[in-house]
Amino acid sequence: MRNRLKGGQQNSAVFKGIGSILASAVFSLMLIGVAHAGNGQPSPWQIGFQEPVTVIARQIESFHDFLMIVITLVTLFVMGLLAYIILKFNEKANPVPSKTTHNTAIEVIWTIVPILILLVICIPSFRLLFAQYTFPKADLVIKATGNQWYWSYEYPDQGGMSFDQLMLRDDDNNPIGGPDGQPRVLAVDNFVVVPVNKNVELLITASDVIHNWTIPAFGVKVDAVPGRVVRAWFNADTIGTYYGQCSELCGKDHAYMPIGVKVMSEADYGTWLAKAKKEYASSEPVGKKSGDTQLAASVNASTNR
Amino acid sequence: MSTQAHAADHHDHDHKPGFVKRWLFSTNHKDIGTLYLIFAMVGGTIGGFLSMGIRAELAEPGMQIFSNPHMFNVFSTAHGLIMIFFMIMPSLFGGFGNWFVPLMIGAPDMAFPRLNNVSFWLMPPALTLLIISLFVEGPSGMNGAGVGWTVYPPHSTSGHPGPAVDFAILALHLAGASSILSSINFITTIFNMRTPGMTLHKMPLFVWSMLVTAFLLLLAMPVLAGAITMLLTDRNFGTTFFDPAGGGDPVLFQHLFWFFGHPEVYVIILPGFGIVSQVISTFSKKPVFGYLPMAYAMVAIGAVGFVVWAHHMYTAGLSLDTQAYFLAATMVIAVPTGIKIFSWIATMWGGSVRFPTPMLFAIGFIVLFTLGGVTGVVLANPGIDRAFHDTVYVVAHFHYTMSIGALFTLFSGWYYWFPKMTGYMYNETLGKIHFWMLFIGVNVTFFPQHFSGMAGMARRQADYPDALAGWNMISTIGAWISIAAMAVFFFAMALAFVRKQKAGDNPWGVGATTLEWTVSSPPAFHAFEKLPKVK
Ligand code: HEM
Ligand SMILES: [Cu+2]
Ligand SMILES: [Cu+2]
Repeated sequence: MRNRLKGGQQNSAVFKGIGSILASAVFSLMLIGVAHAGNGQPSPWQIGFQEPVTVIARQIESFHDFLMIVITLVTLFVMGLLAYIILKFNEKANPVPSKTTHNTAIEVIWTIVPILILLVICIPSFRLLFAQYTFPKADLVIKATGNQWYWSYEYPDQGGMSFDQLMLRDDDNNPIGGPDGQPRVLAVDNFVVVPVNKNVELLITASDVIHNWTIPAFGVKVDAVPGRVVRAWFNADTIGTYYGQCSELCGKDHAYMPIGVKVMSEADYGTWLAKAKKEYASSEPVGKKSGDTQLAASVNASTNR
Repeated sequence: MSTQAHAADHHDHDHKPGFVKRWLFSTNHKDIGTLYLIFAMVGGTIGGFLSMGIRAELAEPGMQIFSNPHMFNVFSTAHGLIMIFFMIMPSLFGGFGNWFVPLMIGAPDMAFPRLNNVSFWLMPPALTLLIISLFVEGPSGMNGAGVGWTVYPPHSTSGHPGPAVDFAILALHLAGASSILSSINFITTIFNMRTPGMTLHKMPLFVWSMLVTAFLLLLAMPVLAGAITMLLTDRNFGTTFFDPAGGGDPVLFQHLFWFFGHPEVYVIILPGFGIVSQVISTFSKKPVFGYLPMAYAMVAIGAVGFVVWAHHMYTAGLSLDTQAYFLAATMVIAVPTGIKIFSWIATMWGGSVRFPTPMLFAIGFIVLFTLGGVTGVVLANPGIDRAFHDTVYVVAHFHYTMSIGALFTLFSGWYYWFPKMTGYMYNETLGKIHFWMLFIGVNVTFFPQHFSGMAGMARRQADYPDALAGWNMISTIGAWISIAAMAVFFFAMALAFVRKQKAGDNPWGVGATTLEWTVSSPPAFHAFEKLPKVK
């Protein structure tokens, strides 16, 4: 099931009433392993990953599917043995205990077989890890800086255009639907916008404490550490709106510094860029203290004492 | 326990000192063990109360009980620190260790009784400091340390200018000193005070587990102490170990912390491994299967546990090669872990198995630990951990292994040794009700967190997207069931002390072969006037 809502937020109005909760619970159970109800955000009673929209995220998902098979079999095997013991070796069924305390063959087997299983797991694991660290040539570079409690972005290739991204607070008149038709807690004022099917390189850092930049649908999660710039990349192939949340404890409003990315067609991106350049060129963002963010980060960290 | 008084009628020469001398200046390993167990109950009650705060807040999207999300962070920080340092460690290591290591190896007491007393009495001040930290300023204008049990800078330095973090650090220092001193005591006792015939390779597995745990603490705790001292000087004396502005690095702290932190999770579970081995062997009426591999699997887990720490830091910006190494090393740890699980099963295999409460908790532990172990193998892969790191999936993983896993071994040991320690039998029916309610409660609480974590729910957040309401509601229901289970537990214990039903020296029959079952219940103040002989 792929619901590619164009730029769409399947907003949390879905979440209305117990009836729909139960319905979606049954529904998602019916679709184990297939369902990605949410597009770029969690959905009620979800039991899998969010719909992946990058090659890496899909690789994560298929590797995870494989791991699920392995660990389910291992778990069932152990539970099966326990059940057998409870049925066959209870006091009534087996009044006289055996005296066996060693069996070299079986001990060798339960050492070797797990080693083999782990070796098999290691193959796709290394493949995934290396894929994540194979940086393609960047079409676009974006610098993200975590601040307490919002993100600042800079498009260094676009004349250093920069802006802040803050959570939109709950609209009192519409507490369930969330502000601006976006989901509550995830809603942002300014989106990061990227063109579809382009290699986007991220430079991630922080100005005060450690934060973490993530978009689950992209399979990207990177700590934003003051004094360091960490690289990451993604290439999103599906137009839409994607959300993530700061994923390193950073204080009071740790839950309230979402990340929002819109993936647009090349043309829409162009339109946005032209407008954004004008809009964001004028105002200096709050989080930006000096030209060099890394320097700013350190200065900030030491003056915050 | 109050019941110690009854032990007096066994021996005339059982000289017990007066109350103050006995309980404040205690040098008797059993009394100190009892003190540790009572202390752990206090810690566990506070920690449990804090976890109720967490689940009440997360019961629904939006803010429920806290007006300031910082308080939520304070609650989860204190919950983690208290449960680790003031509940699990004092009970499994301090409590059962002091009670049963000397009894099991036939030693008259611990090697350094007075040091033992110091180890215990460092703990109440440590807990007090941690509780004080809740009520003093942390971030400007807010009280308490909301830094997580991992205390990462700069959030714990520039993010918390007030003294709350200093109090928490000093609490950890005292608790750490206590652990180091008792480790020295256990190592010395186990190496030097075994009764004739009790060779290392005849020691009960519980004693082996304590020996390995003591070594882990001895090697890991000083590293934590160093790291938090550097934090303290960064905070107060202008050093910049972890501050990039002065050439420091926040990630350095993470390396130091997890060099301690990963061995620490095994410090918490290894004594439980030991308990489960004793319990399963007892109630299967069979010796432990593969005794030597079981002992050396623990040694291996301890050793490998020191070289896997950065699997907690896969998203911290480590280089590709570093991540590749820690992937491989972390996988290795699953092998001895598997050996333990299979050997427990093989111990029961062919046995004549009874299922009283301690055995139920032991089997419950195997179920939980298997589930937590397999998610550990998932998280071991940096590529996938990219999706799970800092989500509640990790919370589910470590509660299945270290938290409720360890709690189940704690209850297993508690019910197993309760008759020995008090001389009384508990009510079996209540014990079983306690087990089933707790088993259902913890699974209902933590299993859905695999799903919400996978859906993207970040951990340590006071509020979450509305779509995650369903799984969180279930989790919170599970927490209420668990609390009700704990009420049953306390009731069962109170009842046992009211009923005073005599347990006898060995209530568990032929399967209970270790030395503690050869002495009276409760054991005399000095259990072995003459050293027992081991063939
Ligand atoms: C099969 C063996 C195991 C493996 C491969 C494994 C692997 C991992 C990995 C990779 C993480 C980091 C996840 C993340 O933060 O992104 C983790 C977290 C954790 N594990 Fe395990 N684990 C195993 C067993 C255990 C056991 C036996 C315990 C405790 C008794 C334990 C306790 C923890 C704790 C406490 C954390 C989270 C710490 C925190 O971030 O607060 N794990 N484990
Ligand atoms: Cu943050
Ligand atoms: Cu670890």
